[in-house]
Amino acid sequence: MTVGQSIPRVDAHAKVTGTAQYVGDLEPHDAYFAKIVRAPVANGLVRGFDLTAAQAVPNVVRILTCFDVPDIQFPTAGHPWSLDPGHQDISDRKLLNQRIRVWGDEIAVVIARDRVSAERAARLVVPDIEAYPAISTPQEAMQPDAIPLHEERPNNIVARTEFHVGDGSFAQAVDTPNTVMVSGHYHVPAVQHCHMELVHSVAYMEGDKIVVISSTQIPHIVRRVCGQALGIPWSKVRVIKPYIGGGFGNKQDVLVEPLTAWLTTQVGGHAVKVELTREEVLGCTRTRHAFDWDVQAVATADGTLLARTYRGFANQGGYASHGHAIAANASNVFKQCYRDRLSLDSESFTVYTNRPTAGAMRGYGIPQGCFVMEALTDDLAYALHMDPLEFRLKNCVEAGYVDPHNGITMHSYGLDQAIAKGRAAIDWDRKRAAYQDQTGPVRRGVGMAIFTYKSNVHPFSLETASCRMVLHEDGRVSVQMGATEIGQGADTVFTQMAAESIGLPVSHIDIQSTQDTDITPFDTGAYGSRQTYVCGTACKLTGQSLRAKILEYAASMHARGAEGLTIRDGIIYDEADQQLCTVAEVGMESSYSRTHSLHITAEETYHCEQNSFATGVCFAEIEVDIPLGQIHVLRLVNVHDSGKIINPKLAEAQCHGGMSMGLGYALSEELLFDDACRPLNANLLDYKIPTAMDTPDLEVHFVEIEDPTAPYGNKALGEPPTIPVAAAVRNALLHATGISVNSLPLTPQKLIEHFREAGLLGGNRHV
Amino acid sequence: MLQIIELTVNGQPTSVAVEEGEALLDTLRERLGLTSVKRGCEVGECGACTVLIDGKAVDSCIYLSVWAAGKSILTVEGLRKNDGTLTTIQQAFIDQCAVQCGFCTPGLILSALEIVMSGKSYTRDELKKRISGHLCRCTGYENILNAVEQAVRETQKQAHAK
Repeated sequence: MTVGQSIPRVDAHAKVTGTAQYVGDLEPHDAYFAKIVRAPVANGLVRGFDLTAAQAVPNVVRILTCFDVPDIQFPTAGHPWSLDPGHQDISDRKLLNQRIRVWGDEIAVVIARDRVSAERAARLVVPDIEAYPAISTPQEAMQPDAIPLHEERPNNIVARTEFHVGDGSFAQAVDTPNTVMVSGHYHVPAVQHCHMELVHSVAYMEGDKIVVISSTQIPHIVRRVCGQALGIPWSKVRVIKPYIGGGFGNKQDVLVEPLTAWLTTQVGGHAVKVELTREEVLGCTRTRHAFDWDVQAVATADGTLLARTYRGFANQGGYASHGHAIAANASNVFKQCYRDRLSLDSESFTVYTNRPTAGAMRGYGIPQGCFVMEALTDDLAYALHMDPLEFRLKNCVEAGYVDPHNGITMHSYGLDQAIAKGRAAIDWDRKRAAYQDQTGPVRRGVGMAIFTYKSNVHPFSLETASCRMVLHEDGRVSVQMGATEIGQGADTVFTQMAAESIGLPVSHIDIQSTQDTDITPFDTGAYGSRQTYVCGTACKLTGQSLRAKILEYAASMHARGAEGLTIRDGIIYDEADQQLCTVAEVGMESSYSRTHSLHITAEETYHCEQNSFATGVCFAEIEVDIPLGQIHVLRLVNVHDSGKIINPKLAEAQCHGGMSMGLGYALSEELLFDDACRPLNANLLDYKIPTAMDTPDLEVHFVEIEDPTAPYGNKALGEPPTIPVAAAVRNALLHATGISVNSLPLTPQKLIEHFREAGLLGGNRHV
Repeated sequence: MLQIIELTVNGQPTSVAVEEGEALLDTLRERLGLTSVKRGCEVGECGACTVLIDGKAVDSCIYLSVWAAGKSILTVEGLRKNDGTLTTIQQAFIDQCAVQCGFCTPGLILSALEIVMSGKSYTRDELKKRISGHLCRCTGYENILNAVEQAVRETQKQAHAK
């Protein structure tokens, strides 16, 4: 068995020796540099440009503006295309936009022979702009007199959805005697992915074909969107995706590729590159959605959850990107985690504003939904004077859960075991008791949060994946996946699956890490924690198909049938377990036989119509310095029910990264803006992601319960580790201090205000 | 205006023409083809472009190339050995699963090398401080610290054996 083993990453050697190539390492040496001219307001209209000074800068090749681009609006979300026009992503932007909807909107571009000249000329472009007041929040955007950002949506509402679960009503719960009700307003801010590689793409033409090398999670979707944006046949675009330096969902959006593809067509096919600065990536690509919620919950005095209401507003920013899918996902976690005995009423809005466009980010709305859900859960348990862990055990989702609206089923269930394992690891019961009723300036607390997460995007979108395998003369096999390695370790687990399904040692598998849409089989890419589950099945099916072909050829070499033959470790055995020949002999014979040459290959598509819920829990132990308003996280323990783990060491490492991202969400990360929606901290000095010094030792456990719908019993793991961390830290703060903080991040400034209001800090000092 | 500087790059005496305002990052990547040196922020915030200058870890994006005249620069390309074996620190990064997307890896390996070459022992907290100039979004630093600890341990073992 190679599946289940912690083999080293297949790309680790290339990455520690610096030979792994990213977009910047592959671009043609003479590529022109394209600098985007960005709008100096967040809401307005470009009336014209004065390009005189910019054009006079030496080495400028061409300046193009929003008046030059094709009159085509296109979508950017990294979703599979829908053949149903009613379900297609919103097409609400052009390559460059005359109507300005975000600060730094792309209104023109300077192409120059070098970076310095392009940047210099871009600063000299003078736009004539009619500015409108900037809209910061959904609440402002929904005012009747608010200026519409897109004429297609005059009320600025991208979408509104609602759902109801249960046979009763919230009013009925409120009327039930002997109950406790809590309600609150909660808020989370926009945060950013901060992948270490910048957003980067380069394009050039070969004949009439546009080649785009891109740092993307979704090469086939990038090809489609480039085709749509330029109004050309999609296969006239060839997208090459090399190693990428992280994506976390930002690169599950089509960011600069269509513009880069168009620019090369404007300079005779010469190579043009667009490499954003860190400031542009932070302020002008995508963010995690900021949310506001009003929620309520009612439970009986013995801790039985009766009913909840959920009203959420997602701040979409200026363009639709992934649209309402994220807000809808955020609300769904309420029904997918807890059992309201009477009712759950949910209403969600996604609203355009002039903040930066929000899109996909690790967890796709669930980190937000989990924060409000688990904060509400702990507030309710607190009001009931009940251990929040016991409250969860009494009310959380049970084995066999089926979502009443989309049918997604918990085909395997380990939430109860995960909670038990984490409870023991953090020493919950002893610490809950020990940290009760503390006084003094430094106090400790333990908190927890649970979550569920789907293993792919079915049935909301198409789920399809494909794989191709080629047997070489020496018995080794090349594997091409449409699915992408983005740092998460996909190539390594596919290598393990290929070896397992064919019967080869992993050393005989060569996975092609680069996707090239002219060559690579089709796949929609890395998102939704789907690849190990969906694309893994494509890999397994292809391996089985190749194995059958190898055995058939081996049988023909020995003038017998293939029944009873098997492959282990590259050797073919007969029914008596006697060695018949090796896969290498089959490779050589099939390639060069003068009587029966056959190129042994296999390619399979997995059309996936299944899904399953992964679950898990985070436990946090913190120390709070009340006078400093500082939270020091002492321990962070994640326990994941993600089915069978394909590569435990890789999986653990991926959890570490997710937990770190959750920790930043909890304590320090927040994009800040002024009233004009201009970013105030769009750099890595002022926008605080955790450093090594900010990070406690991270502890990860798995409960490995086989999922019957997966290729190797596995479920989603890529995104989940981030989801519960912020809520667990927030709930530990509640335990330590008795104070509910209903927004993120838990910064010293905010905590001091809460502590002062609650009387934990002496005096009425006015600063 | 271009000017020619003389320096040592990965053990090789090198002459290269650079602009006065050019960052060492650009000289190494664009003029010398040393693409293991990564561009992550260009303002000294992220550490992806770290190289060793006379044995000291420096952000090459905020170090002018003209300052490098007469100095010795080491990038990860310079760790390559003819027999293809890896250094202790590179092997430790693989063993400890400290590599994910790989973009911060070359810079971290060089900072780790500086730590290892100091010959000293460090507590975990001291190591956290020593690598805190490197941002990584994939690993939570846990396995990177494990790798640095392994490399320090093994290097000291090798030194004792000699």
